Amino acid sequence: MYIVIVGGGNVGFYLAKTLCQTSHEVLLMEKDRSTHRLIAEQLGEVVMQGDGCEVRLLEDAGVERADVVVAATGDDEDNLVICQMAKMKFNVPRTIARVNNPRNEALFHRLGIDATVSSTKIIYNLIEQEIETNEVIPLAALKRGNIEIVDIEIGSGSPVLNKVVNSVGLPAGALIMAVIRDDAAMLPTADTKYELGDSVIAVVTADLEHDLRDIFSEPVG
Amino acid sequence: MNLIVLGCGRVGSALARMMFADGHNVTVIDISSEAFRRLGSKFKGQRVVGNGMDEDVLTRAGIDTCDVFVAVTPGDNRNIMAAQLAHEVHGVKKVVTRINDPIRADTYRRMGIVTICGTTILSGLVRDFVASDIWSIEKDYNKDYLEMNA
Repeated sequence: MYIVIVGGGNVGFYLAKTLCQTSHEVLLMEKDRSTHRLIAEQLGEVVMQGDGCEVRLLEDAGVERADVVVAATGDDEDNLVICQMAKMKFNVPRTIARVNNPRNEALFHRLGIDATVSSTKIIYNLIEQEIETNEVIPLAALKRGNIEIVDIEIGSGSPVLNKVVNSVGLPAGALIMAVIRDDAAMLPTADTKYELGDSVIAVVTADLEHDLRDIFSEPVG
Repeated sequence: MNLIVLGCGRVGSALARMMFADGHNVTVIDISSEAFRRLGSKFKGQRVVGNGMDEDVLTRAGIDTCDVFVAVTPGDNRNIMAAQLAHEVHGVKKVVTRINDPIRADTYRRMGIVTICGTTILSGLVRDFVASDIWSIEKDYNKDYLEMNA
């Protein structure tokens, strides 16, 4: 595959460096001349100096034959335009944007960007998983199909505590995938009992996440 | 009409003052409150300090009751992103965007965004003037502006 990365900051640099060790062809574009010089010393010919928003330079970079364009600059607006130009002018099949403000993820998807990565969101989710709550924690959302994978902690006030799987009615759009107890995951059967501290992994359509919370979590207030 | 002007530089402030003088309801957004000094004392519209690509800032500026959104910050990409937010997410009917890079301007124009490319307008006007000794713009916008200030 031919992968073009725009933005030679820490994200772009280490991504390029990692990809260089694989069989993929990589090109890293960096606008700033002094940054470009620094990273070119380490990565050599795969680094090109230039603004990845300029069509002329994207052309020089051979973006029309790129399989993936990754926009990894620190500015969301630049990442959006880089991906949109790659799509509209060069028909790049897959564009990936780094998103700094997590609220921009939805907008980017709506505007045709294939995938977004928000380190803010990832770290936030990790913190949420560390904090013990009775909450339903989203682990992953599948881009298509409107489905989420969630983690539900069984707390002392959970209405399902000590009940068996079979006796807890679930909405049609939800499915229990696994129960994690003491670092071991098990595939639940009809008579598996929900115990204190269990982590229940479920798939659920996004609109039913709230219903799932009502079934498993301690009522608020 | 309810108008939001994003970017209070020379163009943004002049536009805001003109539209306000015409009797429109104008809100100006800029990342720096210093920029609002360009608006002068006669401008009584709303001033919002913040990043025009931030949903909260746009909401504070009244994006959901806005009829016209104009993006004239110095950054092409900022204008492009804010314009798409206004148009796609908030359904603003009329969105005008300044894009100084002619190729980007053309690309987004094809996508349905109204774009003004100062680069080609100015260079084209001068080229025509050199060739024909005639200014292609008959209207004196500068006079409009000066009269408003008087």
